[in-house]
Amino acid sequence: MIRMTDLHVTFNRGTAMENKALRGVTLDIKKGDFVCVIGGNGAGKSTLLNALCGDIFPDTGKILIDNKDVTSLSTWQRAPYVARVFQDPMAGTCANLTIEENLALAMGRGMKRTLRMALNKDYREKFRTQLGRLKLGLENRLKDPIGMLSGGQRQAISLIMAVLQPMKIIALDEHTAALDPKTAAFILELTREIVEENHLTALMVTHSMHQALELGNRTLMLHKGRVVFDVQGEKRQGLKVSDLLELFHKASGLELDDDSLLLS
Amino acid sequence: MNLIQFMGAVELGLLYGLVAMGVLLSFRILDFPDLTVDGSFPLGGAVCAILIVSGFDPWLATFCAILAGMAAGFTTAWISVRWNILHLLASILTLTALYSINLRIMGRPNIALLGETTIFSPLEESNLHNLFTLPTAMFILATLVLLLLYRFLSSEKGLGMRATGANIRMAKAQGVSVNRQIFLGLALSNGLVALAGALYSQSQGFADLSMGPGTIIAGLAAVIMGEALFNPKVILTALMACVLGSILYRLVTAIALNMGFLGLHTQDLPLVSAVLVGIAMVTPRLRAKILDFKASRS
Ligand SMILES: Nc1ncnc2c1ncn2[C@@H]1O[C@H](COP(=O)(O)OP(=O)(O)O)[C@@H](O)[C@H]1O
Ligand SMILES: [Mg+2]
Repeated sequence: MIRMTDLHVTFNRGTAMENKALRGVTLDIKKGDFVCVIGGNGAGKSTLLNALCGDIFPDTGKILIDNKDVTSLSTWQRAPYVARVFQDPMAGTCANLTIEENLALAMGRGMKRTLRMALNKDYREKFRTQLGRLKLGLENRLKDPIGMLSGGQRQAISLIMAVLQPMKIIALDEHTAALDPKTAAFILELTREIVEENHLTALMVTHSMHQALELGNRTLMLHKGRVVFDVQGEKRQGLKVSDLLELFHKASGLELDDDSLLLS
Repeated sequence: MNLIQFMGAVELGLLYGLVAMGVLLSFRILDFPDLTVDGSFPLGGAVCAILIVSGFDPWLATFCAILAGMAAGFTTAWISVRWNILHLLASILTLTALYSINLRIMGRPNIALLGETTIFSPLEESNLHNLFTLPTAMFILATLVLLLLYRFLSSEKGLGMRATGANIRMAKAQGVSVNRQIFLGLALSNGLVALAGALYSQSQGFADLSMGPGTIIAGLAAVIMGEALFNPKVILTALMACVLGSILYRLVTAIALNMGFLGLHTQDLPLVSAVLVGIAMVTPRLRAKILDFKASRS
């Protein structure tokens, strides 16, 4: 359903700082896949997601969503297909808009924005129900500016915003990395529930190899802008972190200690 | 200060309240510091005045002034968005071009409208006419614009525009066509300012190239004084605060220029404005410092 073919992305081309962030990534994501992406710092994980979302245009290569070529579409034009949760909780929500205004903005993803009022009774009712499931008491704070909330609360709202409208794929870029461990666990559990309930197709970057094996149905590792391995199905069953390190070693000829990945 | 001067200051404050709302839209809501305003205000006055002396209906002339202002805002947006030029620089380019364009439109540095029919003529000719007529008319106009703007900013489109200014990355990810919002926002903002210019020339009885400089500082002063005094949290109070700020700005400058012992003249208005805006910008910081100080003592 999502097909990325031979993506190349180069930053600062032709300068001393030239940096090949993606060097030929080809990836086929089926409907309902939940792909976990791992890789060291600078491996190109965020670049891959940015290319999918339209924040970065590849030098060469193609991106197809449901057989529609979206390679030259800009971010806002791809928004009907791709929903997104950022690593930085501040990035995914608008601090000086209220909770309900943020949610109303997400209600408009993929829709034509008209001169109708952005908020109405039905929407508020829907927002209250959606926020209620978080059990954070946010359903009673619709009119508070979202900047007053903690990073974890904002990330939880970002997830809810992502699923207010249908999409083809949800892209999550280390969306728990900026949170304390307890909150991170809560957000991760919420992610799992939401993806499962809505039968979403997901691409999630994580810095934890454990997460990458526990969650989803497919694990993919990037290294220096290339996919070094991509495991799913039976091959992935019972795989341990040590097996991932072994896989990496075999594919790249490099040793990699657990820490360098876990910390990055 | 006598009643005539007071009502004059209120009237001007309400008129510049339109400029203030335009500046709020660009500087605050879109986060696009736009200096085009100094050119679109006299542009509105120029278009309106030349059409009126050429025999056109004053309402049509006012409407054309708004369109001209919108075109000016659109130009700034185009330079900035299409050619990726820093907002301030883009607006300075349009502003500079407007100096010549405004002169071209008028054909001379000023046009007198005395004796011409303006949209205010019916009021002035009625036997109810007194000191309060024009200020009341301005109040109604400013309120109308404020409500329309509020309604727009509460709409789906308006919310997209607010998100564009507040968090452009998030706005894009939510499917907001951010470039279009910048075009629309600047067109609206400068259309409002040109409307103010058209009303100014009709109520003052002339259009003059020199009415441009100082527009942006008047708008900014209103926005910043409104924020310092009323600390608005939602969009409706922000709009009201900048109109009130504009009235206050006119009153304070009128009082300052009237205080004989200060020895200030009309040409000192820019100096007084700069000092006022400076004070208004420092106030919130001072307030925060004092609160901190109190908190550390208790
Ligand atoms: N906007 C940018 N400009 C220049 N270099 C960039 C930019 N974004 C990422 N890079 C570089 O591209 C490489 C891949 O980055 P990224 O995709 O962010 O890695 P990660 O896997 O840690 O998310 C890094 O070397 C990074 O420095
Ligand atoms: Mg990253």
